Amino acid sequence: MGLLSKKDAKLISDPLADNNPITIQVLGICSALAITAQLKPSIVMAISVIFVMGVGNVVISLMRNVIPSKIRIIVQLIVVATLVIIVDQVLKAFAYTLSKELSVFIGLIITNCIIMGRFEAFALGNGPWRSFLDGIGNALGYGVILIIVGFFRELLGSGTLFGFKVLGDSVEKTGLYALGYENNGFMVLPPMALIVVGLIIWVQRSRNKALIED
Amino acid sequence: MEHLELFFKSIFVDNMVFAYFLGMCSYLAVSKKVSTAVGLGAAVIFVLMITVPLNWLLDQYLLQEGALSWLGEEYASYDLSFLSFIMFIATIATMVQLVEIVVEKFSPSLYNSLGIFLPLIAVNCAILGGSLFMQSREIESLGLAFNYGISSGIGWFLAILAIAAIREKIRYSAVPPALRGLGITFIITGLMAIGFMSFGGMLTGGDEAPKTEEKSVAIKKELEKEKEEITKKVSLVNTSKTENE
Repeated sequence: MGLLSKKDAKLISDPLADNNPITIQVLGICSALAITAQLKPSIVMAISVIFVMGVGNVVISLMRNVIPSKIRIIVQLIVVATLVIIVDQVLKAFAYTLSKELSVFIGLIITNCIIMGRFEAFALGNGPWRSFLDGIGNALGYGVILIIVGFFRELLGSGTLFGFKVLGDSVEKTGLYALGYENNGFMVLPPMALIVVGLIIWVQRSRNKALIED
Repeated sequence: MEHLELFFKSIFVDNMVFAYFLGMCSYLAVSKKVSTAVGLGAAVIFVLMITVPLNWLLDQYLLQEGALSWLGEEYASYDLSFLSFIMFIATIATMVQLVEIVVEKFSPSLYNSLGIFLPLIAVNCAILGGSLFMQSREIESLGLAFNYGISSGIGWFLAILAIAAIREKIRYSAVPPALRGLGITFIITGLMAIGFMSFGGMLTGGDEAPKTEEKSVAIKKELEKEKEEITKKVSLVNTSKTENE
């Protein structure tokens, strides 16, 4: 990491584990749960949030000395909304079916608490380069959880990854299905997202006792 | 009838929290005590009740394709729907600010109970989600939009009330240390969501019809495949029999 000083590198690595936006800071859960029934939308969502977070944090950080503090929430919302419109239009142009699948959840990036939370907590008080790193770091931490949840839900729920049948064909009984394995259709349903995230939190806090709440 | 169906559907079947995970952030953050949960829940109902019909009007007369035709013939071809995110969120943010000012002026007691929650609400996904779902489901009339706003607000209120009550009790239970707090709340919410899924059978019709059709088609296909396999096997057995003979 010749490019980044130690302090800057920490901005990226911290949110990936011990200060994860979803499991520790409890931000941005809404979209994390709703679109993770499959891996592909999870990854698209993660990339969209990385873009919005990175650019948004820089813009807010550049404007931080000009924004009157009374109306800062509206200013922040407008900045995010503009960026999200760009993402939405790009998705509609290049991946129309996927954008239909994500439906309102692309729009809901606007009210994703990670974004507002990082604007408030970091971008308003730091320079553009550090804000950029913080934005990317937090969005990556968010993306990692999204991808883990999406991976397990798609694998156990429909036996596929990115739509490829990795466990064999469930109708023709090849691969694992020949041994009597069955898909757990429950994993595809919304409630399981919550339980999977709950289990991730459990694993993470068991590994790092310092994170346990009293 | 239409109104009644939408009302119960938005509260139970399409519950904001349990079916779409909207407003989860404040749902998790403000559900430690029942009294604060009630305050936030009431504020959400209130704001949804105002913003959903307002955004319906905006959508109908400004944003949709051809919505500007009331301005004159030459505007009929405009489609501003790509602006809807920014319009909706601006409406919500200004309405929240306005509601805060008005409530403070005319009902200080209500302001004291709702006051601290109102700024939180501008960034609650349930509010923007209500408007976006209203748009994507193409709700037909202003009355239905109003109904949708109130009923989805009530659904959210019920959810946060229930989880706050459970969290107050669970403090006295022996939860594994690593699950304490956030982890167990997630899992309980998951179990509650499973419970709420049972309401899915309450209303049949509407947009559930195609799903069941797809299922029955899939089942039919599987049955047909099985039949084919059986006939194949039977024919195989028959041919082997004739060969033996």
